[in-house]
Amino acid sequence: MSNNSSENVAEENAKKVNASAWIKDMAKHLKKNWVIYTFLIIPVAYYIVFRYVPMFGNIIAFRKYVAGGNLFGEQWSGFKYFKQFLGDPAFRRAFANTLILNFSYLLVRFPLTLIFALLLNEIKWMPWKKFVQTVSYLPHFISMVIVAGMIKELLSTSGPINAFLVNMGQQAIEFIALPEWFPTIFVASGIWQGLGWGSILYLAAIAGINPELYEAAKVDGATHFQQVIHVTIPCILPTIATLLILDIGGMVGSGGAFEKVFLLYNPMTYETSDIVSTYVYRMGVKSGNYSYATAVGLFEGLLNLILLTVANFSSKKVSGESLW
Amino acid sequence: MSEANANAELKLNVKGRERKIKQGVKVKESWQYRIFQVFNVILMSLICVATLYPFLYLVAQSFSSEAAIIKGQVSIIPVGFNLTTYKSVLTKGDFLGYYKNTILYAVFGTFFSVLFSAMLAYPLSKPNLRLNKFFVPFIIFTMYFGGGMIPNYILMTTLKLRNTVFAFILPGLIGTYYVLLMKSFFASLPHELEEAGEIDGLSKYGVFFRIVLPISKPIVATMVLFYMAGYWSNWFNAFLYLEDRSKWPVAYHLRQIIIGASTSADPGAASQETMQIAANIKSCSMVLMAVPIICVYPFIQKYFVQGMMLGGVKG
Repeated sequence: MSNNSSENVAEENAKKVNASAWIKDMAKHLKKNWVIYTFLIIPVAYYIVFRYVPMFGNIIAFRKYVAGGNLFGEQWSGFKYFKQFLGDPAFRRAFANTLILNFSYLLVRFPLTLIFALLLNEIKWMPWKKFVQTVSYLPHFISMVIVAGMIKELLSTSGPINAFLVNMGQQAIEFIALPEWFPTIFVASGIWQGLGWGSILYLAAIAGINPELYEAAKVDGATHFQQVIHVTIPCILPTIATLLILDIGGMVGSGGAFEKVFLLYNPMTYETSDIVSTYVYRMGVKSGNYSYATAVGLFEGLLNLILLTVANFSSKKVSGESLW
Repeated sequence: MSEANANAELKLNVKGRERKIKQGVKVKESWQYRIFQVFNVILMSLICVATLYPFLYLVAQSFSSEAAIIKGQVSIIPVGFNLTTYKSVLTKGDFLGYYKNTILYAVFGTFFSVLFSAMLAYPLSKPNLRLNKFFVPFIIFTMYFGGGMIPNYILMTTLKLRNTVFAFILPGLIGTYYVLLMKSFFASLPHELEEAGEIDGLSKYGVFFRIVLPISKPIVATMVLFYMAGYWSNWFNAFLYLEDRSKWPVAYHLRQIIIGASTSADPGAASQETMQIAANIKSCSMVLMAVPIICVYPFIQKYFVQGMMLGGVKG
């Protein structure tokens, strides 16, 4: 008993000593390094004002915000806005469209970028390979405004695609005004813009494969095709798994899709084109329902965060690669 | 060269050893492989054509006559070559003013973006700085969860930054992903140079500006390009925050043209001719905005790819 309590006292003392030693240590550390910490003043202030204040500004999803009033709202309103939007068919449609557009794009893009990387890798004549790479990366660098403008020009009733259809004896189609065409336009233009760029990480992974593996396969008499199946693909499997899992993790987010949808959609195609972020824009900035729109945005942001965390965890389990 | 030699040698060895068993297979494979190679060249050519076609079409349309455009006769060669729309875009209207704004925003925005990103990344790259345990997660968290559109919009309004240049530049001033790229680059630099600088009497700031930044040219160049491309193509900040036309960047002006033309594409409301002019103005403006990017792109492409690879290695 006495033995025990004296041990406890000793432990506590040790803790106190540890804590004060830690503080002393930290003071010493700061004294020695304070100059380099001053580098952080402006950037960290920036993060606080322009990243963390808006993050906490999400509180107005639960509070009534009056235009021009307090940044963090006036009074509590509980889950009123959440109940409102969950019952709103326009929100549900936007949510479904976000999933559908993201998922169909992933479904098409994922295999195509992988195949494109494998085919690029088979090009042995370097100038040609460089040329194909340069050309296929180009659309990635073009502003979304130009891409959207291009899409509208190409698909306009006097554009080349309709000219082709008319030549074939078909009717001209007003693609941009028809909701049934929107997902196709979204996915196809995404492939046009992202095919080459999306293959870069695969190419890097392929370049990192030990050439001895191919030599061993050749010794065993493997054909080129067998080498791809039995050497290349297994070697880049971790990259494939990581990218796939993280893409799935980004499924509810509409970050990347927002600009394109916003530039291409119109009230005629809302049925298939309206996504959560464009809905947030219309509800919030345009109609001034700030709290309502913030609640929608927060819902999407949190869902996205949860899904990414799950995806990250699975990626760590499956391939040992993760974002954090 | 030596690699090719090594390959040839290896093949000889292999053949020497395995001729009897594998010869048949090898001949068959090279025959099939050759067909595949031909197929691959054709496919890649098609992809290149499909990628470049929209650009060529836009350029051709921008030089074509209105009548040819409306009849859908233009493909990749201008029909009824004329420069009317270019002349009117470049002389009348405010196009050059918008262009000037874009250049100003891109140059100043990029300067401060790169400066502050580097100043943030540098201390974070030092493993001996204990507070990094707090600061690194502090910035990384913002990549996965943020304010969202409306709280940001309200913040800008509350700070009375609307209709100022700051509203255009501040939302994207520091990109966390770019900071992480710089951080890993700085971490890979040899410490000896910095230590030598300090022994020579340079302050931490002196070391950073005179030694670290100059030897970090590759990453600084990549960052300049990333940020500049971002400012160049940004229209959304202008859309949200800049009502004053004289402050618009060209990307936002282009967005207005595209939207405006699409809403006036009502056969009843506008005469055929105004529709044609509108169509031509769109392609001319798009070409004028894309030209600088397409011209410098082949030379800077490798920096972008480098940046992408750096990120790929990390996660």
